[in-house]
Amino acid sequence: PHWVSGPEAEVQRMAWAVAAVLGLLLLLGSPGGCGGSPGPPRDSLREELLLSPLPSGDIAATFQFRARWDSELHREGVSHYRLFPKALGQLISKYLVRELHLSLTQGFWRTRTWGQPYLQAPAGAELWVWFQDSVTDVDKAWKELSNILSGIFCASLNFIDSTNTVTPTASFKPLGLANVTDHHLLRYAVLPREIVCTENLTPWKKLLPCSSKAGLAVLLKAERLFHTSYHSQAVHIRPICRDASCLSVSWELRQTLTVVFDTFSIGQGKRDWSLFKMFSRTVTEACPLASESKIYVDISSKTQENELLEVTPPPLSVHEASVQGDRRTYAVYDLLSPLLFNVSRSLNVQLKWKRPQDSLDLSTPVLHAQRYVSGYGLQTGEISTLIYNTHPYRAFPVILLETVPWYLRLYVHTLVITTKGKENKPSYIHYQPAQDRRRPHLLEMLIQLPANSVTKITIQFERALLKWTEYTPDPNHGFYVSPSVLSALVPSVLAMKAEDAEKSPLFTSLFPSADGSSYFVRLYTEPLLVNLPTPDFSMPYNVICLTCTVVAVCYGSFYNLLTRTFHVEEPSRGGLAKRLANIIRKVRGVPPL
Amino acid sequence: MGYRLPCGVRFPTTLTPFSSPEADAALLPLQEDSLGALTVYVIPETSPLLPQGVGVYVGKHRSAVMRCPQGPGDVLAAVSARVQQIVQAMSFTTDSITAALSDRVPMDQLGTDTRRPFKSSLGYEITFSLLNPDPKSHDVHWDIEAAVSGYVQPFLDKLGSVANFSVDSQILYYAVLGVSPRFDKASSSFILSALSLPHVINPVEARLGSSATSLYPVLNFLLYVPERIHSPLYIQDKDGAAVGTNAFHSPRWGGIMVYNVDHPAPDKALLPLRVDVDMVRVMEVFLAQLRLLFGISQVPLPEEFLLESPGNKGLTDWELDRLLWTRTVENIATVSTTLTSLAQLLDKIGNIVIKDDVASEVYHAVASAQTAMLELASGHLGSAFQASKEAVISSERAFFDPSLLHLLYFPDDQKFPARDSLSV
Repeated sequence: PHWVSGPEAEVQRMAWAVAAVLGLLLLLGSPGGCGGSPGPPRDSLREELLLSPLPSGDIAATFQFRARWDSELHREGVSHYRLFPKALGQLISKYLVRELHLSLTQGFWRTRTWGQPYLQAPAGAELWVWFQDSVTDVDKAWKELSNILSGIFCASLNFIDSTNTVTPTASFKPLGLANVTDHHLLRYAVLPREIVCTENLTPWKKLLPCSSKAGLAVLLKAERLFHTSYHSQAVHIRPICRDASCLSVSWELRQTLTVVFDTFSIGQGKRDWSLFKMFSRTVTEACPLASESKIYVDISSKTQENELLEVTPPPLSVHEASVQGDRRTYAVYDLLSPLLFNVSRSLNVQLKWKRPQDSLDLSTPVLHAQRYVSGYGLQTGEISTLIYNTHPYRAFPVILLETVPWYLRLYVHTLVITTKGKENKPSYIHYQPAQDRRRPHLLEMLIQLPANSVTKITIQFERALLKWTEYTPDPNHGFYVSPSVLSALVPSVLAMKAEDAEKSPLFTSLFPSADGSSYFVRLYTEPLLVNLPTPDFSMPYNVICLTCTVVAVCYGSFYNLLTRTFHVEEPSRGGLAKRLANIIRKVRGVPPL
Repeated sequence: MGYRLPCGVRFPTTLTPFSSPEADAALLPLQEDSLGALTVYVIPETSPLLPQGVGVYVGKHRSAVMRCPQGPGDVLAAVSARVQQIVQAMSFTTDSITAALSDRVPMDQLGTDTRRPFKSSLGYEITFSLLNPDPKSHDVHWDIEAAVSGYVQPFLDKLGSVANFSVDSQILYYAVLGVSPRFDKASSSFILSALSLPHVINPVEARLGSSATSLYPVLNFLLYVPERIHSPLYIQDKDGAAVGTNAFHSPRWGGIMVYNVDHPAPDKALLPLRVDVDMVRVMEVFLAQLRLLFGISQVPLPEEFLLESPGNKGLTDWELDRLLWTRTVENIATVSTTLTSLAQLLDKIGNIVIKDDVASEVYHAVASAQTAMLELASGHLGSAFQASKEAVISSERAFFDPSLLHLLYFPDDQKFPARDSLSV
């Protein structure tokens, strides 16, 4: 509680004194008086929600909030913020960050049943950062940055240290503007054990200009968002071109949130969806600060077979785009257009399936992968990764990045890559062996995937014995191995034309597209859970108990032997009561007392 | 601190009489301009330099001009008494020094004024926030960059020797005050009474956020544009009268100002209404509050004293000196408290290991504090302040060194069972 003192009179007196001075200054045309001075950097906000029904009957909702700030943060030393959050802006200026990507995810995106994700994130927390080339000590900046981010987002990112940080050489190229790509300025770390909960959602929502009071952010209620099969929230900061000529740089902050609602737990088995059913809220207005606020609903399956999917209220416009090699149609609801709220005050988008869905064919995604641990016992094991290329006739290369903790000692000479029974040699391998307690293993490979094939990558490892203080509080749960990352330019069947990033929907401009014939995909495999040989932690207690017992017994009996004395005791004749009792006992036939 | 009396300085009578500020500026090169010193010029009673009825003129640098008091009796004693008055006004007094120590020593007789200024620190962060709880009705724009560089930055530059400052600003939308204002029929406006003011700040503070990148204390200045349905909004003081500046401040935290917007007649209204904030009015109030929060308060001057206005910088040299005196004393007190706590801690917990670099920091802190005291005794304010600052830095570094905690949580009673079982 704050107490307030009230020398308002003094303030007033002071104010008049200062006013005289300031008035004088104004008359003399002090710097920055009226007009003439350049306005503050312009910034704009766009928000978007994409609802895509998945082939398995579930529905995925992707929120994107994008704040663009036309200012060169590093050169001007700017510290006046409007739509761009102050906490992140200060972070970028102080640590000379060029790109920052942080994601917190719960669950796993099942590529096989759900299709290709727009932006997938690995389970747990993932942080990768490109620094400017003027940074002198990248490791120190990385450590301080991860600590501050863990404070801002209430996540335990302070566990990121040198044992789980790597410097990839080929994956994770910058997603924004970049002229220098020295990979020593990149740091990547994953914490697979991190859990996402409401405490992480609240600071994420606080960064939005409209907070959760207006616009699409009204739908973000924690009790519904965490009742899902997959929940991923991310923050992406990168520099982009201010306009087509690209003479100056703007900063872009994208906050994305992807959730997948499960048919059976939410929909009670029926596959009809509505905003109210999913979020227990409807949208009433757009955020007044947003220049664009739209809801897109994927109705591609409607056009393939007529009247399969019905969307109410009827959309005012329809947008067609080729996304990830597919021609898709989207129903568009523009929250800023006054026609939308003519009929009712709130917007509740509903999807109804007309026909049962088993008639829909599930198209398998072109690229998907799987990883597992095999072997027996607690000494050795084998990590296997299976990568599937289901394209009928095109082959394409994929970069695989694997980070394995130091306590699983990989044997690189056992690395075997086979495709269709034949050995497949990677055209680029970068391997950095681990150093105990200092650095994890890093393995990066560029593998060519032939058309319509399965590639299997196996590598054997040996489990190490850790020191007894290094085990986690629950060592029998197992130790996590972070997911491996696959980055590929997947060739698309359709030619996609490059659209202007400002006019196209946000979900199409996530990744910069090099040309129209392929699209960029980044996939993550499952994290692995590996058991390490754990000692019996109750042994110190057992030893103490046993030792103390033995000592007590030995010492006790020895002491007794040495100090116990025997003396004879006369049996007493007993009193009257005893003699009477003995008489009765003799009568009964029981031995006397 | 010393005062010199070049009595009876004569001005050429052929020229047009100087005005007091010009005289002050002309005399400036004559002074040594050393930090902490004051120069008092005594002029004859009949001199036209000072206007009628003004006995003393206090300049904006470290000098004052006073009339030789006439009258029977010991002239020197009268002059000395007047000079004593001037020194009390322009430099430190016993009260101001004890007020600086008010955190260390429990004193009940000092008023709430002593708890208002921020404690001495090596740096401060100043954040200006514009709160717009109703962006649908008001589209508020403020030219904060120009206002900061024009009004606040000169003040902070003058204070640059005291601490490091960094200024930033932000606009927060949908940030409401914690209290819903009452509607007052008499004035057909909304009222925030003085009693409800303490509850205003807490809900807002969650959205303000502190700086992610530094550990310095933050001064928050908020400009609140009330919602359309709650306009106009006035703050009432304890007596029930509306406060003239419509602003209030909270000690050791910052200030809040309510900015009312004129609404045109409802049928002509086109939402959202564009509002361009008048930065002059706002900066007046914020600068005044900033002065108060730093403890640069006005000492009540007796009559016949004429004060020269501080000009662009907002702060006169002698006010800065006064601040430096109190800060130096506060710093030395802080150093002694920190080192004493460290010593007591070491007595209580034998497990703490003091490494060599921590020990050298402690020695350095003690040496700097002793230097500061010596310099203070001889009146060298600048070097005393620097020494006290170094002492504070060293003592904080020694006290908060993480290596002190290494073996802290391995208490003795846990060591015995393990040792016993090993020995048997």
